[in-house]
Amino acid sequence: MIREARPIKTQLAIIGTGLGGLAAGIFAKDMGINTAQIGHTGAITFTTGYFDLLGSLMDKQFADPWKGLAVLKKQLPKHPLANISQDDIHKALNLFNKNINKMGIGYCEPGNSNIQALLPSGVCKPTISVPLTMLAGVKAKESQAPTLIIDFKGLQGFSAIEFVTNLKSLWPSLKAERLPFPNMDSGQQIFAEVMAQALEVPNNRQRLADVIKPLLGNAEYLGLPAILGIHKPDLVHGHMEELLGIKVFEIPTMPPSVPGMRLRELFEQMFADNSFILIPQHKVEKIELNNDGAKLCFTDPFGDVEISSQATILATGRFLSGGLKAEQHGIFETLLNIPVTQPDGRDNWYQEKYFDPRGHKINQAGVEVDINFRPLNAKGEPINHRLFAAGTILAHQDWVRQRCGAGVSISTAYQAVKCAANILI
Amino acid sequence: MQKHNPAGTRTIKTQVLIIGGGVTGTGVMRDLALRNITTILIDRKDLNAGASGSNHGLLHSGGRYVAQDLATAIECREEGEILKRVAANCIDDCGGMFVAVEGDDEEFAGGFADHCKAAGIRCEPLSVTQARIREPSLTEKIIAAFTVPDATIDPFRLTLENVSHAQQLTDSSYLPHMEVKGFDIVDGEIIATLVKDNRSGELLRIESEQVINASGTWAMKIARLAGCNEVNLLYSKGTLIISNSRMSKGVINRLRLPGDGDILVPGGTVSLLGTTSATIDDPDAISPTVDEVDRILAQGLTMVPSLADARLIRAFAGVRPLLMTSDNTGDGRKASRGFALFDHEKQNLRNFTTITGGKLTTYRLMAERVGDLVAKRLGSSAPCKTATEPLPSGPSVCWTEPGFSARDWYARQDPTDRILCECEMVPESSIDNILKEAPGCEAQMSLKAISLRSRVGKGSCQGAFCSIRVTSHLYDKGVYNSQYGLIHLRDFVKERFKGVRPVLWGPQVAQMELAEALHCDLMGLDQQATCMTKSEFDPNRVKEDL
Repeated sequence: MIREARPIKTQLAIIGTGLGGLAAGIFAKDMGINTAQIGHTGAITFTTGYFDLLGSLMDKQFADPWKGLAVLKKQLPKHPLANISQDDIHKALNLFNKNINKMGIGYCEPGNSNIQALLPSGVCKPTISVPLTMLAGVKAKESQAPTLIIDFKGLQGFSAIEFVTNLKSLWPSLKAERLPFPNMDSGQQIFAEVMAQALEVPNNRQRLADVIKPLLGNAEYLGLPAILGIHKPDLVHGHMEELLGIKVFEIPTMPPSVPGMRLRELFEQMFADNSFILIPQHKVEKIELNNDGAKLCFTDPFGDVEISSQATILATGRFLSGGLKAEQHGIFETLLNIPVTQPDGRDNWYQEKYFDPRGHKINQAGVEVDINFRPLNAKGEPINHRLFAAGTILAHQDWVRQRCGAGVSISTAYQAVKCAANILI
Repeated sequence: MQKHNPAGTRTIKTQVLIIGGGVTGTGVMRDLALRNITTILIDRKDLNAGASGSNHGLLHSGGRYVAQDLATAIECREEGEILKRVAANCIDDCGGMFVAVEGDDEEFAGGFADHCKAAGIRCEPLSVTQARIREPSLTEKIIAAFTVPDATIDPFRLTLENVSHAQQLTDSSYLPHMEVKGFDIVDGEIIATLVKDNRSGELLRIESEQVINASGTWAMKIARLAGCNEVNLLYSKGTLIISNSRMSKGVINRLRLPGDGDILVPGGTVSLLGTTSATIDDPDAISPTVDEVDRILAQGLTMVPSLADARLIRAFAGVRPLLMTSDNTGDGRKASRGFALFDHEKQNLRNFTTITGGKLTTYRLMAERVGDLVAKRLGSSAPCKTATEPLPSGPSVCWTEPGFSARDWYARQDPTDRILCECEMVPESSIDNILKEAPGCEAQMSLKAISLRSRVGKGSCQGAFCSIRVTSHLYDKGVYNSQYGLIHLRDFVKERFKGVRPVLWGPQVAQMELAEALHCDLMGLDQQATCMTKSEFDPNRVKEDL
């Protein structure tokens, strides 16, 4: 029997469903481009949910990321963010936020300075935009208002006492309490995702509010681990504030994180329509580039599928998401074997010290692109004029250490989609 | 000799001071306790911080030494047999094999059985097929194979049980992070040892009737602090790698003269491949390197080809204290694996003893020799009992064996006892046991100290997740009550990284990417990387406000 692949014709194919892919999909949709997007579960649930633009360079921290970008341009001229105008970065972040807000997850508008966002360790992190469910925490800390932090029996890796202990010198009116979560109070391990699902039911919110209320005392704010629903966090959050009569905020937890799940779920549920095909939980197995675009092959439960696209954006991420792989003697791009800029030899991948402020060189390994975000071959020429790359697969950035993950993902996706749009018929 | 007696220094008194918390020092502690002699054991760092904690955990049959060093081979055989009886808790009597592969010296292989016979070591030849049935991971290219009674031993459990037993028998105690700074010597006698508590910075005088230097690799340095120059050591760095699964049933030795990557030793649920040998000048601050890992692996592959696909989770390096004699001046492979006892009487010291050299397998005998000398000096005629008295286990000293806590957790069927380390299945209760009564437990115990007494951080995530969970648990228990807890967390993951770094490729790179996202992005530990002390730690630090 000859198996015939089901054909899908599209203007733009986006490979990858992490933050970079998600942003590219949103921009393509916004520009009215006919799109097919495919990717397996990426690293999005390993993030805090904060959108960073640029928080840090070496051992400096930036209170103003826009001034930080000017420093970046001088010190790391090859950094992806050094090659996009601040105006475009601003537009990209705003357009992205506007769209996800419309789709149901509120994030505060990126402003002129970094927000000192709360981490579960009690340390703060410089970021440009936080989910609205987390915003009150920043204000509570700034004003040192009386605040109660609650954690739950059985939820691992989030300790209210740890958070309070590490912040109490700066924020003396903090208090910690531990509660059993309603209906999950056996003492066994419970997971943030399950708690978040439970809180989508109004009755469960009422039960939770009932057990919290007697503990509030003079608290003006309540801090919780990030468990306020997956699909309608702003609604869950608003209802909890109404039930408790005070401001409520979430603090990120260990992965898999609910804020990351929200982005993934929103993407999977809100996106598909006539001009947009989303194929989540699948991986492109083969890609062929030609003068007219590309053919992407993969297999789903109904058989082989072949996507023909006029332009393709590679947003497959780094090692954790599978866009790059490290072998004993070299680093490779997994889909097209695009040359990867990398340190000379495995001994140079990592610094001797884990927390070396320079960061590990392997984190700046990645794919080189031209000004139109087209990946380059070994000769420094575009591999194909219809192939683009965006997100953390790009070389010369260290998204973890520089606190620039969302900035790189969203801004490069914006540029790549604009460049791709120019060649579409 | 200069007198160290600064005003206000706290003084502690004991019968015997033992310097060095490795297998030998802790073995001496128990040996003396069984003779009803009370001791204080100190270590600059913590238990097994030197060679005792950085070896492959092999209980030698003696087979490795039959061709070169018959006396050591016989000693290993005898001691191995004793330990299998008295320290059964700590031993996996898995058996071993010596194999030669194509290209190895056939003459050397041919003489092996006779050499073993001369040392009294049981040794049976195997056909290639028999060898590969026994160990299916072996290469097809075997030219000779023999069985030997090798076994493996958990040096951490051994040390913990030694200390724990000594503390049960007597008022002996173990004090970690105590560094010897000098000796107060009057008329041929050490009247006090001056030590510094490296955690608090406090200086202490320990007055004892006898002082035993069992500091292994550092024995030469300690002896020189007491003015004794006859202890001369060669420092031989050895590096090993660990795979996240057990690659063989028993020990697999390469049948040839010792070289890199010539032994694969199972350790519960994992396997260890080693060992390099390189003479170094400074035994401190050593780390395994990328080059060493590549060499060990390349050699190991010729014996066990499936190592090519093994997930390596860690490398580690230790320093062997080899005795310097006139006929070995630089080659660590050829140096004697024997030990030496120095009574220092020629240096006109009556109450100082040094024991060094030797190996894990012969630690008990080394302790016995010291015990005999020191007991005699103290006027005690109590005989050594360690060859017959079994080592007792207990709830605070049993958590270092790979797989033990998983089995224990399943057996207890208590789902409220939450697992903090998922790779190694370490539940809250075992951490709580360690905090309460493990040898060397103390207030604000560091994550590193807990890890040493358990399997925390030793699985395939190498501490990425469990370090954060255990830290939260310690805050919840009130063990950590300041930002210092985060510094313990940071120091622990920093230390784990040293061993992970040279084996980072394949899926471990993705694991590392995740670890960095957790430790830096989620916990912000890099933001306080340059802060060394609690007072410098500021969660709100914005260094440069442009």
